[in-house]
Amino acid sequence: MAWYFSGDKAVYLQIMEEIQLRIISGFYPLGTRIPSVRDLAEEARVNPNTMQKALTELERSELVVSQRTAGKFVTCDEKRVTEIRERMSSECMEEFLSRMKKLGFTEKEASEKIGQHCAKNETDPRN
Amino acid sequence: MNEILVCSDLCKNYGQKTALSHLELTLERGKIIGLLGPNGSGKTTLIKLIAGLLVPTYGSLTVGGNRIGVETKKIVSYLPERTYIPEWMKVKDILDFFEDFYSDFSRDRAVEMLTSLNIAVGDKIKTMSKGTKEKVQLILVMSREAELYLLDEPIAGVDPAARDYILRTIITNYNENASIIISTHLITDIEPVLDDVVMIQNGTLRIHASVDEIREKNQMSVDALFREVFRC
Repeated sequence: MAWYFSGDKAVYLQIMEEIQLRIISGFYPLGTRIPSVRDLAEEARVNPNTMQKALTELERSELVVSQRTAGKFVTCDEKRVTEIRERMSSECMEEFLSRMKKLGFTEKEASEKIGQHCAKNETDPRN
Repeated sequence: MNEILVCSDLCKNYGQKTALSHLELTLERGKIIGLLGPNGSGKTTLIKLIAGLLVPTYGSLTVGGNRIGVETKKIVSYLPERTYIPEWMKVKDILDFFEDFYSDFSRDRAVEMLTSLNIAVGDKIKTMSKGTKEKVQLILVMSREAELYLLDEPIAGVDPAARDYILRTIITNYNENASIIISTHLITDIEPVLDDVVMIQNGTLRIHASVDEIREKNQMSVDALFREVFRC
């Protein structure tokens, strides 16, 4: 399956997000080797240069470590992964809040609404 | 030397009609470049000039530092808008022809790609659909170890699944020293595989930027930008 990319953001940023998610979710476990740039580019159907750029950025954020001959590995630093996870969760919440504001809710109302929604989900026997 | 293509003050007229007007364009190696523009903007003219099928009216054009000629034709692999494979041939015949003609042609690579698209070496060109002919032609062109590939509307006539295969072929086959110029109107399909975009209009350069730059600066995809820039 080709990866899905939205139109309004640089492709390499969207690739970074996808790989970050894969690391956080444990799809690429800590300390393991991630596929080569070429293989990932083929999987995502993107240009290898774009994939390389995304991975270089991930190396800069220390989530991915390059070992010269062996390839690229997921960091072994659990703390770093937790930090990225926290950051992505803040981004998620900001997005939620900004959309709720567009619908005319204040932050407080949005917070109550999400609380009620979660409570309802918990009591729902289908969950 | 990192430039594969340099156009300087390039002009091409067809009689009274101007197709390219004082075009300045430099393209680097190792890039996949989308050549975009509305109908009649000069895309095919530019590609034909690079391929050596047309001669500039004015200005200069070099590929890998050489003026267009035998030396550049050796390193340029060109896919025209229309297929030119003679109808009487079988796939085998055109493979022989390419092997004879181009020293950088890899028959193994061509056969491998043909096989994965279920095209047999014994198939006759005459009995093929339009899309299949286009696939054969593209495979031939991509099976050369060229330095510059010129693909004029490579995916227009093929189905979406084959389009995917072709794009995958393009990204897995090209090497860091080679560049690929793809002219197309199907921007959304090829956008993820492009490094850079060259937009031309009325024979002049309108935009030359990387896809990431375009997306970051304009907060929109190349397809959306195209629709805005060339709104009718």
